[in-house]
Amino acid sequence: MMLIPCPECGPRDENEFSYGGQAHVPYPPDGGATASDEEWAEYVFYRDSPKGLMAERWVHSAGCRRWFNAVRDTVSYRFEAVYRPGEPRPHVQGAR
Amino acid sequence: MTSRAARSVNAPAPPGAALPDHPEFLWRNPDPRKHYSIVIVGGGGHGLATAHYLARRGVTDVAVLERGWMAGGNMARNTTIIRSNYLWDASAGIYEHALKLWEGLAEDLDYPILFSQRGVLNLDHTLQDVRDSRRRVEANRLNGVDADWVDAAGAKELCPVLNVSDDIRYPVLGGTYQPRAGIAKHDYVAWGFARSADAAGIDLIQNCEVTGIDIAGGTVTGVQTSRGPITADRVALIGAGHTPVLAEMAGFRVPVTSHPLQALVSELLEPVHPTVVMSNAVHVYVSQAHKGELVMGAGIDPYVGYGQRGAFHVIERQMSAAVELFPIFARAHVLRTWGGTVDTTPDASPVVGTTPVENLFLNCGWGTGGFKATPGIGHVMAELLETGKVPDLAADFGLDRFTSGRLVDEHGAAAVAH
Repeated sequence: MMLIPCPECGPRDENEFSYGGQAHVPYPPDGGATASDEEWAEYVFYRDSPKGLMAERWVHSAGCRRWFNAVRDTVSYRFEAVYRPGEPRPHVQGAR
Repeated sequence: MTSRAARSVNAPAPPGAALPDHPEFLWRNPDPRKHYSIVIVGGGGHGLATAHYLARRGVTDVAVLERGWMAGGNMARNTTIIRSNYLWDASAGIYEHALKLWEGLAEDLDYPILFSQRGVLNLDHTLQDVRDSRRRVEANRLNGVDADWVDAAGAKELCPVLNVSDDIRYPVLGGTYQPRAGIAKHDYVAWGFARSADAAGIDLIQNCEVTGIDIAGGTVTGVQTSRGPITADRVALIGAGHTPVLAEMAGFRVPVTSHPLQALVSELLEPVHPTVVMSNAVHVYVSQAHKGELVMGAGIDPYVGYGQRGAFHVIERQMSAAVELFPIFARAHVLRTWGGTVDTTPDASPVVGTTPVENLFLNCGWGTGGFKATPGIGHVMAELLETGKVPDLAADFGLDRFTSGRLVDEHGAAAVAH
């Protein structure tokens, strides 16, 4: 069970949260109007799955109900940083 | 195989009496050579099955590289369920091919795998479940897959400990039943494939982690490993949970994310559960192992994770579903829980075939259900690796489907969330 540091509420139990997948996934260029099939495939189906640090989205569903971003280690499951939407991804030692 | 010493017919059989003795030494432990015609990255069930069927085709200049020990990943962690009752033609093709091979596998390997065709029951809890199930039964029959729909009483007959009363939160309205489905003993399956491949001269190399993939002019030339470089004419990535990591080494992306998948077993119990029962809606699948443990699994933990463990609340939900469906289980103790790393795709179907790199092939994305495909996909991958041409049974599972939009959407038949 992970202890997740919600930026609004502080550390709370994992089962209060829902997962939103990879953070910072860009929309296709031109809102998709001129995107190729490859660019659409990238946007719809391809997500990072790194063994190590990953920027991802979470929502504190059973708490403040706010979305936030996190940098988490996918091996140790440790949360290295959390930050609000719109804020830049913080630098974490060892991140690519 | 030797059998256990004969015991008095009147003596009670101890748990596990039906199991064969543990085998003696089954394969060599060679050092890697400098070059192989074919290198298989990943010594799990799929990698070992591929090696076995390559040997059957007379191709033995082959190495299987495994970073840990043979079949120590998901092959050692799965819930051993085998079935072929998928919706789409492409899935029915590969899974039914596998099921037919399962039916003759002990003879082919000359090794016991304890394949028990006790049937699989997939429960319906809503009217829409019933409609979807009946549709799948008809699709199965059109594809030559055995399938029936049974009502709640029929389900109760197949599994007497199932709670079919109508006053539970998600009452059982019926389910699909595939009589030829069942379970096999996963470690014996792995050992049988490994023994066969080794006997044919294929090198099974353990403690050999692939750290890089060598590519020249868009063609794969070999791999870098923790035991030195190895050149190869063809390379297959069959690393299950670690495929995103391997693909990145080769410079391309796969639409695959790796997640924890947990399972558990109870203490040993008297035989109470004669078939396999799965429920998408309340999210549990249960069988009783040969020795007597209740084996249960659920869906994946939602986040990306390589830690081979997940969260306890996922197990808690799975257990609450199990206890509602099988009230008798409330008195059973959990003996052990564990987690594996499964590689999931957006359409709950595998990715098999060629890659953007010439002579580099891929088999991944089986999500929560790769074990059942083991002989089938091994057979197909062997043909792919020998000929370089994608066999018909794998044609619909290429990477290109995510660009063409021709998905094989099996979420409804994959049985669990993934």
